[in-house]
Amino acid sequence: MRKLESMRKYIHDLIVYKNIALNDEYFILELTHPEPLPDIFPAQFAEVSVPDKHGVFLRRPISIHDVDYDSNIVKLLIQIVGDGTKKLSQISTGSTLNLVYPLGNSFSMPSKPNLLLVGGGCGMAPLLYTARYFTSFGFSIKVLIGARTKENILLRDEYRKHAELLTCTEDGTHGTKGYVTDHPVLSEPEGIDVIYACGPTPMMKAIAKYAEKNNIECEVSLENVMACGIGACLCCVQKTIHGNKTVCNDGPVFNIKEIVW
Amino acid sequence: MVDLSINFNGLMLRNPVLTASGTFGYGEEFADFIDLNLLGGFIVKGTTLLPREGNNYPRMAETPMGMLNAVGLQNKGVEYFCSVIYPRIKHFNTNILVNLSGSQISDYVQGAEILNELEAIPAIELNISCPNVKEGGMAFGTSCASAAHVVKEVRSVYRKHLMVKLSPNVTDIAEIAKSVEAEGADSVSLINTLLGMAVDVNTRKPKLSTITGGLSGPAVKPVAVRMVWQVYKAVKIPVCGLGGIMNASDAIEFILAGASCIQVGTANFIDPAVTMKIIDGISEYCYKNNVNKISELTGALAMN
Repeated sequence: MRKLESMRKYIHDLIVYKNIALNDEYFILELTHPEPLPDIFPAQFAEVSVPDKHGVFLRRPISIHDVDYDSNIVKLLIQIVGDGTKKLSQISTGSTLNLVYPLGNSFSMPSKPNLLLVGGGCGMAPLLYTARYFTSFGFSIKVLIGARTKENILLRDEYRKHAELLTCTEDGTHGTKGYVTDHPVLSEPEGIDVIYACGPTPMMKAIAKYAEKNNIECEVSLENVMACGIGACLCCVQKTIHGNKTVCNDGPVFNIKEIVW
Repeated sequence: MVDLSINFNGLMLRNPVLTASGTFGYGEEFADFIDLNLLGGFIVKGTTLLPREGNNYPRMAETPMGMLNAVGLQNKGVEYFCSVIYPRIKHFNTNILVNLSGSQISDYVQGAEILNELEAIPAIELNISCPNVKEGGMAFGTSCASAAHVVKEVRSVYRKHLMVKLSPNVTDIAEIAKSVEAEGADSVSLINTLLGMAVDVNTRKPKLSTITGGLSGPAVKPVAVRMVWQVYKAVKIPVCGLGGIMNASDAIEFILAGASCIQVGTANFIDPAVTMKIIDGISEYCYKNNVNKISELTGALAMN
């Protein structure tokens, strides 16, 4: 598999084009800029400066959910988990949001045709752009999303535009009941060439174990706590067979063969 | 035209703005955002004689107006710096300082000997104040005798500008400053991070793998300004001030309290281009206040 080129990073004041609440927990920010957006690759992220910063000191690392180059819009799908994301959810249309982006590496260009993307919870966010991006290169893509309940299986029609959508919920209200690892698609490993996953660590560990057992190429996108986002402070490190590596700059995507869980 | 240049005890700075070790990588990480050549200088990641993996994750916790870190001097060692990183950064037309740390005196001495040979490194910042390593680090910087000892040994092999970075985790920082001055330090920088701790009340676990870590950011600024003022009054060598500087006004505050130059640290995470704004802001302040030379402002407190 070939790593995609990492490009120049920018600090931009983006304009909030839309702020769409999906439910009590998730919202989407659609952001635009007077200049053309930079090249962005799947699983890259932005360090977002939270306006009205009271109580929020650092930027918030948020993965890129989608990019629409025709209308020059970049989308962030955000889960409200604390004060920072709460404040971001309240931002009004037309205001500006300062981003340092695009950051980190990306999922590799797969070397085989059948791609399974697995997302748990907010880990589904980067998979829409990942599906859009790799579909444009002719890959056959399935997206498997796991959530607690039906309400958090978001934007189903969007994902279906670029991939076959498979779902599972812990309470069985949508798709298969249980975790993503319980989904029947995994019972036919011969149909899967490559897996890219993003989500809670136990989910990624389980997927990594499955991929390893079935000899499937697998990369995961990690979400460690970060400060700088550009590889300078070494706060967000992941243990790998090559020592501690920064999730923000060496990652967020790592081949599972590299990771020491 | 305001003259921002500083003769920092022989180290010529085009302006008083440097970047703090551990917050600025090796400079290259910021090259997309700023022209590094416009800085007074930058101080690279804490470097030790031998490679260090640093502490376990989690290494960082956000706190009110600041953050705790427990990176623990992760770096690939002096030799790697010299052979791999130095050739990549030596062309920058600014002062590149290496922050040198160690767990025993011989580490510091050997490291300093090697760094002394690097033409494009005009100074080292001797780190006797890292709170995140089990051995050495801050242990050297918290007593006058041990601080003096390590500076004396390094001074005997290092021929260029020797800056010593002081710990705020002491009873009397001015005494430590005097003891390193007496052993030949060319300057002091202060403050390193304040030892702190944060707990997740839901899990009841400390937020850092090491339990305690170093606090930085605006939360520490008043402590840092106070210490700069105390040290400025106690020693003749110049002081480089740091601790929570977010903007030009903060920088001027340190300068008025006695700093000849300053370092920008944690603010680089909030705005990777903040150093340029601080340089411009210092110029603007001087212009508005009829200050022709920034060096005139050092210690220029108007006392009540």
